[in-house]
Amino acid sequence: MTDPKSLFQKVWDAHTVRTLANGQTQLLIGTHLIHEVTSPQAFGMMRDLGLKVLRPDRTFATVDHIVPTDQFAEPFRDPVAQEMMDELRKNCARFGITFFDRASGKQGIVHIVGPEQGITQPGTTIACGDSHTSTHGAFGAIAFGIGTTQIRDVLATQTMALGQLKVRRITVNGALRPGVYAKDVILHLIRTLGVNGGTGFAYEYGGEVFDRMTMEERMTVCNMSIEGGARAGYVNPDETTFAYLKGRPYAPKGAAWDAAVARWRATASDPGCHYDDVVTIAAADIAPTVTWGINPGQGVAITERIPDPATASTVDEKASVEEALAYMKLTPGAAIKGTKINVAFLGSCTNGRLGDFQEVARYLPGHRVAPGVKAIAVPGSQIVALQCQQLGLDQIFRDAGFEWREAGCSMCLAMNPDKLVGDQLCASSSNRNFKGRQGSPTGRTLLMSPVMVAAAAVTGAVADAREVFGVKN
Amino acid sequence: MSLAKITSLTGRGVFVPGNDIDTDRIIPARYLKCVTFDGLGAFLFQDVRKNDDGTDKPHPLNDPRFAGATILLSGANFGCGSSREHAPQAIQKHGFKAVVAEGFAEIFYGNCVTLGLPCASASREDIAKIAAAIETHPETEIVLDVAKQEIRFAGQTVKAAVRDSARDALVNGRWDPIGELLEGLPAVQTTAAKFPYLAA
Repeated sequence: MTDPKSLFQKVWDAHTVRTLANGQTQLLIGTHLIHEVTSPQAFGMMRDLGLKVLRPDRTFATVDHIVPTDQFAEPFRDPVAQEMMDELRKNCARFGITFFDRASGKQGIVHIVGPEQGITQPGTTIACGDSHTSTHGAFGAIAFGIGTTQIRDVLATQTMALGQLKVRRITVNGALRPGVYAKDVILHLIRTLGVNGGTGFAYEYGGEVFDRMTMEERMTVCNMSIEGGARAGYVNPDETTFAYLKGRPYAPKGAAWDAAVARWRATASDPGCHYDDVVTIAAADIAPTVTWGINPGQGVAITERIPDPATASTVDEKASVEEALAYMKLTPGAAIKGTKINVAFLGSCTNGRLGDFQEVARYLPGHRVAPGVKAIAVPGSQIVALQCQQLGLDQIFRDAGFEWREAGCSMCLAMNPDKLVGDQLCASSSNRNFKGRQGSPTGRTLLMSPVMVAAAAVTGAVADAREVFGVKN
Repeated sequence: MSLAKITSLTGRGVFVPGNDIDTDRIIPARYLKCVTFDGLGAFLFQDVRKNDDGTDKPHPLNDPRFAGATILLSGANFGCGSSREHAPQAIQKHGFKAVVAEGFAEIFYGNCVTLGLPCASASREDIAKIAAAIETHPETEIVLDVAKQEIRFAGQTVKAAVRDSARDALVNGRWDPIGELLEGLPAVQTTAAKFPYLAA
């Protein structure tokens, strides 16, 4: 019997090619996902060095950040966006890389497309030039967000140089209360452990709450690992994982499927394995959570008040609360509930999946977006959009006064035309509330779950969705 | 491919105070609309440096006393957020040769090292000492000694930690790993052959 190992350790060891001179590991990256924003410069470096793509068959591309959500036809109104699109097409064609372009009907946010196609699989290593690559850890993959020079490295060698991470096990036991979602779990965790609490760690999420979660919910949590400073986050693969993957285009078929499931099962963390740190949270302590500040750790329960710098426990905390409230133009000590909003954004790689729209659509009928609020719903992929249409969800959103858009990253980071204007305040299902994140240098973001975004949209102010929609506690 | 051995850097400094300075602040997403990194230096810290009409906001990088500084000093968790290499690229293309902060976000740190841009961690107290020195004497010469993991300025010496792997890579001129990764290709093929999902 070998020593029990965590999933992270097993996957790391298996994918280790060798140790480099500086002590880092040359790590094999099984799956490389690329998009239009961070790859063109990497292809430029490849050209300069005369390098070829080693495994075009393990490299998959889509376009997500810059695509307009209200214009399908090209050329795009923004010529630079068109240039980026053209560059990606050219690079994929030149090197024989599969490109889930808009005409394929499979385009979408890279972290939604990978799982949807069955490319994201347990026990694998994944890299992508996007920090939310941690999303793929929901399948028991070890997935890293990387920079452009590393994209070059992975394109050319299917490996990258990386130091090993420590593993923190985060167990959430018990049951979430009604109206509390995966988004609240991760916002609560980041608030509790800090935005840099995960530096040097991979997070392993487990416990009864994660055992019960759907794959989409697990993706929501793993997605925001990086907002807690953790380079990667994962959930051990189980029957839920296998059921999700079965039959997807890139999933193994027939006898290969059974063999794969056996292998995947064996990659899960062994009982009694070593963790560098362990954190246990009670699900009952988690409330619908809303951020009030300028980083994702600055959140409160919907029933709580905005912090007052006067009561801060440290000089640092005082300074950061003051800076955040000055930017957010919020009143210290006021209730977060009732804060007027201007925009509601539903979508992103965090919460732009079918389940997110289904959950909101359960509650929307009979409600209308409040006067003066701009509300947009942006499916995370063309497949999510199609599924929503087949279920009639798009019409429910339109009837309620939402604009129903085409797939992309949209207003999460506003590299396309979907932007806040001036100091608009946005209730957003996305992942970052940094200064200027949603496209206006003075724009303001409140992160929350999709159902909470909907509650804010229909009341015109931050609201407790459980009250607005009559969720029984 | 021969790379510079980065053992020590000397230059003037500028202190940008604050914790959790994220990559959107370092380079806002709208400047990611590009197919090369050229010209990004001009937009470093754009939204905290410039008003909508293009005029300057009060910011250390707009202060003529610190023009030409090559060592950027800041607070804790510097570079958190996005994996965009545009952030270290903008810092480097603006003319900075090194970043000294209380701490760094993981992806940002790795991206910097790969560009030969050393990141050194110093205590808050020590960063405050350097900041005080350059505030009164902006021309103060700062030496970041990567090999010795120390900063020397105005007759003082303080500790500045550089991670082992990064320090090794910088001082030995192997901070861009591509050459070494390419050398490992035969071993890559052997490792990949073990995995059904990587069958060609």
